[in-house]
Amino acid sequence: MIVALIGNPNCGKSSLFNHLTGLRQKIGNFPGVTVDKKVGFCKISDGSDIQVIDLPGTYSLYPNSLDEQVVLEVLTNQNHSDYPDLAVIVVDSSNLKRNLLLFEEVNDLGIPTVLALNMLDVANEIGISVNTPKLEKILGIPVVEVNAREGIGLEGLKLTIFRALEKKQIHENVEVISEEMKPAAKAVKKRFSLKTDYAALHYLTQTDKLTFLNSEEKKFLGKISGELNLDADAFQAKEVMDRYKDIGVTLSQVVEIEAEKHNSLTLTQKIDNVLIHRFWGYVIFLGILFLIFQSVFTLANYPMDLIDGGIASLNDFLKSVLPESKITDLLTDGLIAGIGGVVIFIPQIAFLFAFISILEESGYMARVVVLMDKLIRKFGMSGKSVVPLISSMACTVPAIMSARTIGNWKDRLITIMVTPLMSCSARLPIYTILIALVVPDDKLFGLFGFQGLALMGLYLLGFFSALVGGWFLKKILKTNERTFFVMELPTYKKPRWKQVGFTILEKVKTFVFEAGKVIVAISIILWVLASYGPGEGFSKAEERVAAQNIGLTTDQLEPKIAAEKLQNSYAGLFGKFIEPAIKPLGYDWKIGIALITSFAAREVFVGTISTIYSIGAEDADDSTIKSRLKNEINPETGEPVFSVATSYSLLIFYVFAMMCMSTIAVVYRETKSWKWPIIQLIYMSALAYVSAFAVYWFLK
Amino acid sequence: MKSVADLKEGEKGVISAFLDNKLALKLLEMGCLPGTEVTLDHKAPLGCPYCISVSEDYQLSLRKSEAITILID
Repeated sequence: MIVALIGNPNCGKSSLFNHLTGLRQKIGNFPGVTVDKKVGFCKISDGSDIQVIDLPGTYSLYPNSLDEQVVLEVLTNQNHSDYPDLAVIVVDSSNLKRNLLLFEEVNDLGIPTVLALNMLDVANEIGISVNTPKLEKILGIPVVEVNAREGIGLEGLKLTIFRALEKKQIHENVEVISEEMKPAAKAVKKRFSLKTDYAALHYLTQTDKLTFLNSEEKKFLGKISGELNLDADAFQAKEVMDRYKDIGVTLSQVVEIEAEKHNSLTLTQKIDNVLIHRFWGYVIFLGILFLIFQSVFTLANYPMDLIDGGIASLNDFLKSVLPESKITDLLTDGLIAGIGGVVIFIPQIAFLFAFISILEESGYMARVVVLMDKLIRKFGMSGKSVVPLISSMACTVPAIMSARTIGNWKDRLITIMVTPLMSCSARLPIYTILIALVVPDDKLFGLFGFQGLALMGLYLLGFFSALVGGWFLKKILKTNERTFFVMELPTYKKPRWKQVGFTILEKVKTFVFEAGKVIVAISIILWVLASYGPGEGFSKAEERVAAQNIGLTTDQLEPKIAAEKLQNSYAGLFGKFIEPAIKPLGYDWKIGIALITSFAAREVFVGTISTIYSIGAEDADDSTIKSRLKNEINPETGEPVFSVATSYSLLIFYVFAMMCMSTIAVVYRETKSWKWPIIQLIYMSALAYVSAFAVYWFLK
Repeated sequence: MKSVADLKEGEKGVISAFLDNKLALKLLEMGCLPGTEVTLDHKAPLGCPYCISVSEDYQLSLRKSEAITILID
């Protein structure tokens, strides 16, 4: 048995879903589209399990976004694997009129329904009272009162679902189909064995949006609507008006409004006076941003250090108990290190989504969209792109996931494409080391440190290039999709912590399982490349180093052996192979190895560099790496390898380069095609190469 | 002809007609019917988008280009 939860955005549908299914839910995809499908299981009153599907929020069956289109397709395709046996229509009781529109439409498709009156407490507060028994009588279908916020009324709802599945009831609505349309509707109804004329009308008026129809079926429908001279927009407009009139009549009998109390918006409007104020609005927004960054950077550090340490000690432990072999190395340095590379991001993702979901829950996020829309529109994005752009300063992966909220596909794609240009926290270790190497530790006007200014400059460079990138993509990308900005501004509410918890869990799960697979796979490949090499160069590395460095202790020898091995491994050879390509940027083959390994994740750069320059693991703190790099001399020129030109060139390279396989994986997941991550990889690499080249030759 | 874009902050108007058919359909299903009273609550600091409240029940945000297609009495 499948029960679908259906309702307007912000009607409390998702919290009801969470209450009904608890942790027994999973997130998948609707077949063929990028829309998340939330499915869970729920025990109803006779002890049997039913499948509950949380359909995306929508105002009507006429879709304006991909999310909404899914609702139409699931509900009009009787052969769809998710076609519901029963629809639970969740409505915001403080706004019944608008919410009942969707209720009537779903009913007219011939799907049995239960009406769940949510947010009655909110309605009461503003002086609206609903006579539930009378409403049930007029509508002729079961009506239940629930409080999805507090989880009240769930048993009643489950009992009602149980009974409704036994005895399915449908509410008869006002006639929206005119006489001259009826013969055509009948023909379509017969051809597709549909339940109602109204369902047939959707086949006729929205043929292109029903992707499950084959071309022959579409031709059939096109012919009929052509003969009928059907004006889809006019039909839709008339239908909506007729329904509102009908709903008005129903509501006049069951809803009482206390006139004095009735202004639901007073408080929200007062808060808005401050939060979208022309001056304070931006000040508060920047303040909140600052707070989020501070927390994400500082708080997430503790669990991240724990994970880092935990993975390292797990590896040490395994290495000490397992026999020394390639299999052990693969397990520890390849697989577990790879998994560690995934897990390490969890704290940042969790913290970031905690904040984002609090901002969303409270209603503030919609105001951020209002504040930023005009500024960012010029760059091919919409106000809704602000959230991903900001988030990506912590980590691009959750940021790209948060671009979901952008309804317009072009806006969303542009946002996804430019988001990785924002400097994420993984670039920070590279920035700090290279800046420390070349920027003097002096102060401008004795106040601002040059090093800090340089760091800020790199972040700004990332930000502005994201804007410029958006502007270019706006010119290039074409779209026929017509979408509107118009959106509902939710009233301010206290965040529901349980909902915040669910969001965090959901995002972390998606990241670990989807992006994680790819990260682990590439980590293993990189491990193989770095641990094997052809011929004697690799296999005899140990003897060679021992022969060259007679008199050193084993501890002193080990880092040198590791360096020698890496140089002669496939990764090392590849570094030498690409040297001609990176020479114009001022890099030698050793930096080349680091470039290759850091393709997995940027932060690997520092680790690789310290291995190559044979810095023992014990004293690998920043200061030793720094002094070691400073003294590194290019044997051909006699100049320092990390000259000012090379270091700046590397800095710029890392601002632009798409060196993060997690990002590639998540872009693939979000766009459902390899086309976009590949384009992104190419354009960002090209940008990185050209800019680094220019910087190197300018400074040299 | 006056549109929602001509309202001053705090001013009210009653929707009389829509100039953009497609947008009208979207607005209709969101409850903005002809005859509905709307109030311009705020303009965003840069003059766009607008925040309007619909029959004092709920708020919508829409761009200026969208607001000028909603005619009012």
